[in-house]
Amino acid sequence: MNSDHPETQLVPLPPLNFVPERDAGQQPILEVRNLGIDFGGLTAVDSLNLAISPTEISGLIGPNGAGKTTVFNLLTKVYQPTRGTILFNGQDIIGMNTVRVNRAGIARTFQNIRLFNNLTVEDNIKIGLHNQIKYGMFSGILRLPDYWKQEKIAREQVGELLSIFNMGHLTQHIAGSLPYGAQRRLEIIRALATRPKLLLLDEPAAGMNPSETAELMENIAKIRSTFQIAVLLIEHDMSLVMGICEGICVLNFGKVIAKGTPSAIQNNPEVVEAYLGRRKEGGHHVEG
Amino acid sequence: MRNQMRKLQKPTRTAIFTYALVIAAFVIVQILVAGGNVNSTLAGQFVPICAYVVMAISLNLTVGILGELSLGHAGFMSVGAFSGVVAGMSLGGAIPSEPLRLTVSMIIGAACAGVAGFLIGIPVLRLNGDYLAIVTLAFGEIIKNVINCLTVGVDSGGLHFGFLSTADALNLEPSGTVIINGPMGISGIPKLASFTAGFILILVTLFIVMNLVNSRSGRAILALRENRIAAVSVGIFATKYKLMAFVVSAALAGAAGTLYAMNFSTIVATKFGFNTSILILVFVVLGGLGNIAGSIIAATLLTVLPEMLRGFSDFRMLIYAIVLILVMLATNSARFRALPGQLASKLRPARTSAKEGATGE
Ligand SMILES: Nc1ncnc2c1ncn2[C@@H]1O[C@H](COP(=O)(O)OP(=O)(O)OP(=O)(O)O)[C@@H](O)[C@H]1O
Ligand SMILES: [Mg+2]
Repeated sequence: MNSDHPETQLVPLPPLNFVPERDAGQQPILEVRNLGIDFGGLTAVDSLNLAISPTEISGLIGPNGAGKTTVFNLLTKVYQPTRGTILFNGQDIIGMNTVRVNRAGIARTFQNIRLFNNLTVEDNIKIGLHNQIKYGMFSGILRLPDYWKQEKIAREQVGELLSIFNMGHLTQHIAGSLPYGAQRRLEIIRALATRPKLLLLDEPAAGMNPSETAELMENIAKIRSTFQIAVLLIEHDMSLVMGICEGICVLNFGKVIAKGTPSAIQNNPEVVEAYLGRRKEGGHHVEG
Repeated sequence: MRNQMRKLQKPTRTAIFTYALVIAAFVIVQILVAGGNVNSTLAGQFVPICAYVVMAISLNLTVGILGELSLGHAGFMSVGAFSGVVAGMSLGGAIPSEPLRLTVSMIIGAACAGVAGFLIGIPVLRLNGDYLAIVTLAFGEIIKNVINCLTVGVDSGGLHFGFLSTADALNLEPSGTVIINGPMGISGIPKLASFTAGFILILVTLFIVMNLVNSRSGRAILALRENRIAAVSVGIFATKYKLMAFVVSAALAGAAGTLYAMNFSTIVATKFGFNTSILILVFVVLGGLGNIAGSIIAATLLTVLPEMLRGFSDFRMLIYAIVLILVMLATNSARFRALPGQLASKLRPARTSAKEGATGE
């Protein structure tokens, strides 16, 4: 763990190296080699190589249908890769299922929000804390001391997690009735509740207005420095990606077409072409 | 104390309302009985009502809280009824105390039904989709036919079992008794069940189900209903918690089955067929999915009603249908569901609620 970053305070973003200076000399938390998956005849992701250092914020970008979400589904084992290896924290996770991958330390959010809509904000987060609070069914039914002790801890952690996004006043609200932006934030909190070492965010700023997006950027940086974890995010909002990511990987048709720092990516002709090509067919809007 | 009241959250308020509802109903009925205001037909319905209430609450755990459709809940009731009665009748000498014997019988009935639920759940609940409905439907029919072919007797040497054979083939000692006699079922059941026993079973069921739902395991079960993919993504083993809900649900149905059977002198397997399963599902759906108090009210009303309506002769089923619709409208409206919370806040002193308005979140 790095101690030169104050726990809760916002730290200035470090220089945009692919391996941030603070992670220099450390083993990557995630190492993906030659990862690929075919859906019937369609190769959705092909020969993906990726390394993410332990406290890096990195971005996965690319036009619609490029295979970004599929990469997340491969990393979390929603899909079984057709080929390749995934090393997480030095451990091969190719044989694990989604639950084990989460327990190993990868948590994610979803492009189309998946909250427990009819439950309260508090319960949504407590469900995220499932593997952090330890008592069995019988302690729960018989309300044994374990239950009271662990539930108290859970309530405190819910409060702490909500305070990251200043959402403490929403504890008893029903998740499905929250405004869109708050739902996205709640999903991030729920993922954080599982105490991940790597946080995967699938289009966290989608549907947010510019001021919400700016706040989200600050919060992602704050999460990184507070929890000392790696963040990999998919995002179409270039102001966010270029503003916060230290390393960027660009996908097109399932293949990596560029990797590097934001400034290198912005000036990469292949990337520009991929996006401009998109614009011609589908009117995809590129900001920044 | 007041401060504690104010801090009570919605699940706790709902639980208090539900317990209060059951206890109040029990007390009122006892007063009516003591005053001689209850005719014998209605009094005879008390234990079956309690059994159906437990059936409805337990099925709500599978259908409303876990969100999986089960069409064979009466099958578990049947397993509980027959295993519980066999236990009760063979333990006659060993446990002289009747309430204790009933309790032990219900626990054995619940255990057998729970095991049946486990065996069915293990292969089926691994799958995602409506497979449980199909398999429980088949289970209900199969268990009915299996029990129809079963003979069980007891003598000093213990229990004897026969399948597809007559009671004579059990080779019982002359002093032994036949308990389950194939399609004739069980006759000569000691009437161990009572309204009070039924009331206690309802309270125990409420305690188990409501405490389960408001615990770590229960939240995992709710999460699976709400969004399975998200639940798995935060590290919840889907099969484990689906199985937990289903087995608890089956076990409670087994206890209800024992209670039900111990109220009649004779019981046959055909009583617990598809129609009974659907009837209980109707209670749950009309009472509102996931709404425990709703299940209790629907099960009670819809069991009492056909008896009460005998006076209307020809119009009986028409009125029954109208009541069905009214119950459905009432229990599925948001206003009715908010009622427990509103009642609880009305019961509190006015000053406290004013304070709550000022300081509440
Ligand atoms: N389960 C699946 N079966 C078949 N094809 C799939 C499946 N999942 C994804 N695909 C295909 O893989 C390709 C990549 O999809 P993916 O969702 O990863 O794109 P994306 O980069 O996340 O796009 P967007 O920016 O629109 O979210 C698409 O052509 C999609 O149709
Ligand atoms: Mg996507």
